[in-house]
Amino acid sequence: MKHLVFAAGFLSAATVAVAETPELTVYTYDSFVSDWGPGPQVEEAFEAVCDCDLNLVGIEDGAALLARMKLEGASSDADIVLGLDTNLIVAAKETGLFAEHGQSPKLDLPIEWNDPVFLPYDWGYFAFVHEADAEAPSNFKALAESDKKIVIQDPRSSTPGLGLMMWVKTAYGNEAPAIWEGLADNVVTVTKGWSEAYGLFLEGEADMVLSYTTSPAYHLIAEEDASKAAAAFDEGHYMQVEVAAKLAASDQPELADQFLAFMLSDTFQGIIPTTNWMYPAVTPEGGLPEGFETLVTPEKSLLLSPEEAASARDAALDEWLTGLSQ
Amino acid sequence: MADRAQPVSATSGNIVAAGVAAIIFGALLAVALRAETGRGLGASDWAALRFTILQAGLSALFSVALAIPVARALARRRFAGRRVLIAVLGAPFILPVIVAVLGLIMVFGRAGWLSQILGLAGLPPVQVYGLHGVVLAHVFFNLPLATRLILQGWQEIPGERFRLAAQLGADGWAMFRLIEWPMLRRVVPSILAVIFAICLTSFAVALTLGGGPRATTIELAIYQAFRFDFDLGRAAMLSAVQLGLTVIAGALALWLARGDGFGTGLDRVVRRWDGQAAMPRLLDGAVIALAAGFLLLPLLAMTLSGLPTLLSLPQQVFSAALTSVLVASISTVLLLAMALPMAAAIARGRGGMLELAGILGLAASPLVIGTGLFILIRPWSNPLAWALPVTALVNAITVLPFALRVLVPRARDVVARQGRLAVSLDMQGWPFLRHVLMPRLKAQIGFAAGLAAALSMGDLGVITLFADPDVATLPLQIYRLMGAYQMDSAAGAALLLLVLSFGAFWLLDRGGRAHAEA
Repeated sequence: MKHLVFAAGFLSAATVAVAETPELTVYTYDSFVSDWGPGPQVEEAFEAVCDCDLNLVGIEDGAALLARMKLEGASSDADIVLGLDTNLIVAAKETGLFAEHGQSPKLDLPIEWNDPVFLPYDWGYFAFVHEADAEAPSNFKALAESDKKIVIQDPRSSTPGLGLMMWVKTAYGNEAPAIWEGLADNVVTVTKGWSEAYGLFLEGEADMVLSYTTSPAYHLIAEEDASKAAAAFDEGHYMQVEVAAKLAASDQPELADQFLAFMLSDTFQGIIPTTNWMYPAVTPEGGLPEGFETLVTPEKSLLLSPEEAASARDAALDEWLTGLSQ
Repeated sequence: MADRAQPVSATSGNIVAAGVAAIIFGALLAVALRAETGRGLGASDWAALRFTILQAGLSALFSVALAIPVARALARRRFAGRRVLIAVLGAPFILPVIVAVLGLIMVFGRAGWLSQILGLAGLPPVQVYGLHGVVLAHVFFNLPLATRLILQGWQEIPGERFRLAAQLGADGWAMFRLIEWPMLRRVVPSILAVIFAICLTSFAVALTLGGGPRATTIELAIYQAFRFDFDLGRAAMLSAVQLGLTVIAGALALWLARGDGFGTGLDRVVRRWDGQAAMPRLLDGAVIALAAGFLLLPLLAMTLSGLPTLLSLPQQVFSAALTSVLVASISTVLLLAMALPMAAAIARGRGGMLELAGILGLAASPLVIGTGLFILIRPWSNPLAWALPVTALVNAITVLPFALRVLVPRARDVVARQGRLAVSLDMQGWPFLRHVLMPRLKAQIGFAAGLAAALSMGDLGVITLFADPDVATLPLQIYRLMGAYQMDSAAGAALLLLVLSFGAFWLLDRGGRAHAEA
């Protein structure tokens, strides 16, 4: 074990040195902290105004983030958790770890938002992305009847996969099992996460992949490639609203409040569209980046309340499993 | 068997084995004790269990059944580039899962090379998704390892045996029945068990190529328990089922593999006199060509897709590569420190429990081990500071079963052949290890170290649970690139990983290639 102790000491030496300035620890998902995500810019911008050290910790995805909070409980180092969504809010509240944010911001969401604990920082619509020059079905029934091949994610291991499951459930209610049975022969495969599915789509394994309406914006803006489009479905699109909250046991409550306010400022919100590839919760003063105006805007926004989502989840999973195991 | 004097002591091997078992069961227990709720195995869990056993069993059977003719052909033939081919064939085994799957898809997928060729002939695309796809992918990963291990078995048959058989005019069939079959009976069961164990914990491969929720494995059920139901008790229970299955498979293998070796030879180079007619030569050539095609085409596809971005990769990818090299180095040292004493102890003759302890590392769900270690470390220290050491340790434990498969047969022979002489010269313990055992295990140590370095380099493993934004390994960075839509850069980074893993494997395995024309 000597190797371990030695290596650990080696690694932690760097973190001990900066204990002087107050430190705000934000737990978030891994793609937020990655070099290509919003993390680096957010850290720089917040540290410029807070006179503190912003410590972003990346933990896989939203579900893993909540699992981690449950493990760590009140003794967690986290002051803020950023990156849960409406499917996780009820379970997160049940932990009793989170405190009310006490803010009343003006949000630009297509839906009402009054949650006293969780503040949205960005949102998006789930959608099937396809090659722009190919014809796309305009709803799930047309998709099921077509011979289009799709790649989707498993709701048990992936946030978009869970989103699709809730989408079908919200749009079709008791008809959802029939929709899944109809889709079974369109599904090429189900992947563990978004990356695998999107990778398979780009390799040409399927005509469409479950992603977001904002995905074509990445290809357009970052790669100047207009070849991808999202299919508009006339039953409406299910939304993902990503939220943050502060921990009741935080040892930096003022800094945490300052961060939540900063999170809805123009600076933070302006970073989101082209790093997280989602819509900002508050449209920054300069508007959305050029290219976002080309995106599909659904006529109807679907979203279950956190309570509805929590109670619909298990039955919807059974329907998903049964329908696709045909 | 009565105790007789042995040149090596079993103490340190026993301690290491106990340590490995303690880490795995400790982590499992830590998770179980944190459980709040918990429910028994439901119908869907039983379905997952059945599918897991089915796919792991078929994958192990096919990997080994196909590896035997490939290893036999390689053992019988000498041709230019043979060593390079044997080394390169090991590459699929050391690739990170997601990269290898995309490589396979580029060749065997609906839009892959094979489908395109079929399309030219007016045929429909290959249907790769399904149980057969899962088995195909697992064979892709494990055929090379099985081939190497069986080939090693062939090389450990004393050359005198073949000489004698040739003098007595044994034909190909007699040669197989008298010499090769007894070797296979000793070597194959444990390889089956190891591959079965590694396929038990398959999740992303099984799901992606399985084509849907029918392909749910226990590992996915564990993931679900953690992440969808937040039910640690169920996760721990499912993980215990995985461990139980592996122990049963391991025990069965040990029982089947019992029996004596070939006794001593004079360490002569093995020469074969059989199979020199045109027909066997043609057949061996075809087998080698087919295996090489199956294993190398996906690698070629990956190389082609990674090349355009390889030189323009972002700087973060290169620093992640350095981190990975560091983790792989620590992992390799740890592995040798664990595997050598264990192999020496097992070589004494009665190491059944030790071998079982050694195989546990494969069957333990990385998610459960990672979470368990996280729970154990957290009261004492910040787990993030332990990201790299823990990753290196868990990687080393994962490679341990392979390393033992590589080291044990040879170590057993050395102890059997040289042990009595050494004891009579009062050469025991460290001097025996240093002057007798280790020099004769040089090739095997190189191979095991190569596996450890390469696997550790490519394994995503537990790093995701401990990830620190500033300390990313290369596989994690590849996932991050993919998560940020940068599939092209990810392909370049994957090629870099392939080159690094393979380079480490090549360097360390050099001894192996020098060994008796291996």
